[in-house]
Amino acid sequence: MPEILEAHHISKKYGGVRALKDVTFTAYRGQVNVLVGENGAGKSTLMKILSGSEQPTSGEILLDGEPVQLGSPREAQARGIGIIHQELSLFPNLTIADNLFAGRELRRGGRFVDAAAQRRRAREVLQRLGQDRLAPDTLVGDLPIGQQQLVEIGRALLTDVRVLIMDEPTSALSNHEVDVLFGVMAELRRDDVTVIYISHKLDEFRRIGDWVTVFRDGGLVAHESMSRTDTGWIVRQMVGRDPDSLYARNSAPVGDVLLDVRGLTVPGPVQVDDVSLTVRAGEVVGIYGLMGAGRTELVETLMGMRRPSAGDVVIRGTHEPKGTVQARMAAGLALVPEDRQRDGLVPTMSVRENILLATLARMTRGGLLNGGTEQRTADGKVGELAIKSPGLGALVTALSGGNQQKVVLARALLTDPVVLLLDEPTRGIDVGAKAQIAALMADLAAQGFGVLFISSELAEVMAMADRVLVMARGRVTAEFTAGSVTEEALVAASASDSVLEATK
Amino acid sequence: MTDTHVAAHRQAAAPPPDAPRHTALARAALLLLRGRTLVVLVLLVIIFSSISSEYLTQSNLILMTKHVAINAILAIGVTFVILTGGIDLSVGSIAGLASMVSGGLLFKGLNVPGGTIFFSVAVVILIGIVVGALVGAVNGLLITRFRVAPFIATLGMLYVARGAAQLHSDGGTYPDLAGTEARGNTGFGFIGVDSILGIPVAVWIMVMVAAAAVLVTTKTPFGKRIFAVGGNERAAVLSGIRVNRIKISVYVISGACAALAGLLLTSELGAAYPDTATTYELNAIAAAVLGGTALSGGRGTIIGTVMGAFVIGFLSDGLVLVGVSTFWQSVVKGAVIVFAVITEQAQQRLQSTLTRRTA
Repeated sequence: MPEILEAHHISKKYGGVRALKDVTFTAYRGQVNVLVGENGAGKSTLMKILSGSEQPTSGEILLDGEPVQLGSPREAQARGIGIIHQELSLFPNLTIADNLFAGRELRRGGRFVDAAAQRRRAREVLQRLGQDRLAPDTLVGDLPIGQQQLVEIGRALLTDVRVLIMDEPTSALSNHEVDVLFGVMAELRRDDVTVIYISHKLDEFRRIGDWVTVFRDGGLVAHESMSRTDTGWIVRQMVGRDPDSLYARNSAPVGDVLLDVRGLTVPGPVQVDDVSLTVRAGEVVGIYGLMGAGRTELVETLMGMRRPSAGDVVIRGTHEPKGTVQARMAAGLALVPEDRQRDGLVPTMSVRENILLATLARMTRGGLLNGGTEQRTADGKVGELAIKSPGLGALVTALSGGNQQKVVLARALLTDPVVLLLDEPTRGIDVGAKAQIAALMADLAAQGFGVLFISSELAEVMAMADRVLVMARGRVTAEFTAGSVTEEALVAASASDSVLEATK
Repeated sequence: MTDTHVAAHRQAAAPPPDAPRHTALARAALLLLRGRTLVVLVLLVIIFSSISSEYLTQSNLILMTKHVAINAILAIGVTFVILTGGIDLSVGSIAGLASMVSGGLLFKGLNVPGGTIFFSVAVVILIGIVVGALVGAVNGLLITRFRVAPFIATLGMLYVARGAAQLHSDGGTYPDLAGTEARGNTGFGFIGVDSILGIPVAVWIMVMVAAAAVLVTTKTPFGKRIFAVGGNERAAVLSGIRVNRIKISVYVISGACAALAGLLLTSELGAAYPDTATTYELNAIAAAVLGGTALSGGRGTIIGTVMGAFVIGFLSDGLVLVGVSTFWQSVVKGAVIVFAVITEQAQQRLQSTLTRRTA
């Protein structure tokens, strides 16, 4: 089997976090090479390196056996390596044709854009993607996400690609669109184009993949011909042998119902559809699901950041109908958000200010902030959560990811919650910090808190949760206890219903 | 600065043996950059006093400081707004409107059925400030409830408030604000003309406003929340901060400060005319930016803004004193503002390099 693109002993560090550890990866020519692994396992980092948008800390890249430098996405493109990102990079205000040719417009007389030729070529590309009925003059912003994704793929097809990297292109596609995409991939394979395909959906990639490579914690753990694997094998490789040793399990006795959610429904592009759940004192409840399943929307609604169209939220036996952040906070909820840069931290403020942000009113004497109280309170939480920082006055951005996460957690704990909502609490932090966060959660449950956490990692959710709810397309599709849960069941529940929903 | 920064950067990748010395150098550079407004102010005084012997006299310093006071009060208000990531272009017009409202009350009183009421000076001043605060509240409501971009909302208000000022007198001037004993409304000159202990009352007022603003921004939960809203609005929401309330409050503060500045100006002139404080909003924003307030929000200090107002005032008056043409004054002022922003960014880069290294 001829190899076309190889990564030799690639390592990548972001600050103190090692995203890739000595990875040697091979993509075979004219084949569909599938990459799987949990969030933060290092797949996307490796693909960024192979497409020139990131530089490895060490190691080398070989193209056709020759070492190459891929200093920028443009250099990688010039060598025939194209990438389709998970997040769309389209211009919603421009037409399909304009988007396809953005930055490489077809010229007439060397100066003017040849709009007619662009439309013609655009029509050909759309035909190839099975979208003959789509006019090239349609604004991309008017298309549903799935078709936007196809336009993005069309962009890559226009260039002379030899290696096409796709980072979870099907996460927003309907079944029909997935079929179209797989048809395109099969055609590319016939044209001797190499595809590197990142996916979470085991049932999907087994249909199309020739090779499968599994990543875990920044390392490559397995590389096998697809025909020699089965779903169970892949899941075992993804999860690793002994997740229980990494994560502390809660063993607190379960008490009263602290949070009771009934029929919560939230409209929107990502909706929450008739969700009911309970969290008891001393209980750690996990919500597993794929991206876009409505998990983040659920906890944000519980926290009062979104307006539900129906449903009740009962906290400690009391209805909380107001649904503002302040009311929910006062009732005893606190949320540690998924994207701590976007929703959690104030980057212009110090560690101390970030910790105290939600409880400033308590730090005053005669209306003025009391420096002593502030210092003592912040210091106490820093010690309790073992936050490592250059000092309380240092900017919060100087901390590592895990310690930043603890700062957000400290702020949430200071509001005296009874139920903690944690959205992907271990995302983007290293293994050691993950274990610490897991231990903290178990500890909180032991102190009588209720903990509701979201996770996309099978191992994590299975090792940490007393009960696991699975969400897909805004609904709770399954519920397991720690004793009854299996990887296969979780994966099936997270994907199967989304398929059922899509065919409706 | 740039050289030091580059050196510091290179060293971050592979620390050479003389790393501590470089770090010390970088730290010194950072200190200089942080205090740059003060450095510039001292340089201005040195330069102008060496050219003109009049510059550093007590009477000139007092005069210049009085000029600074009005812009500083405007700029302090605007700083509150900029700290939340907003902008207030309407402060000059609000100053004009407050001037006309108060001037009208002093000059012709308030017509009510059955006669004309004249208020005492204190009440007139209070009414002027309340008018400014109300206009600010409208700005805040437009921005929060109706989601108009701050630039647009306050640009609209710039025209509306100025138009209202002109409508108030049909474009005319209220020429005499001295009041009469019989009406019980004399003494408006106190805030803009009189002095206490040899220092103009306007300067005392600036000092009090600045002191209050420093206290509010650094020592109250409200102040911290202003910084949080400007630093990361989503995080502020999630921390239970009522972001809209904070935003409306800062526009109210800005409007009130603008009105106060307008009244000082009116008192100083002894007459109220509708074009009072036209384009003053630009000087106020310039002072805030010069003093290190980031237009992106979340970063800045009241002291910095006051220093910025001093730099602008001392620069303008100095240029007048040494006989530079008004055209050149404009060019120099503009260049200084842009230069200030460039150094601000140099500071940010250097700071993050140093932080990363110590982390």
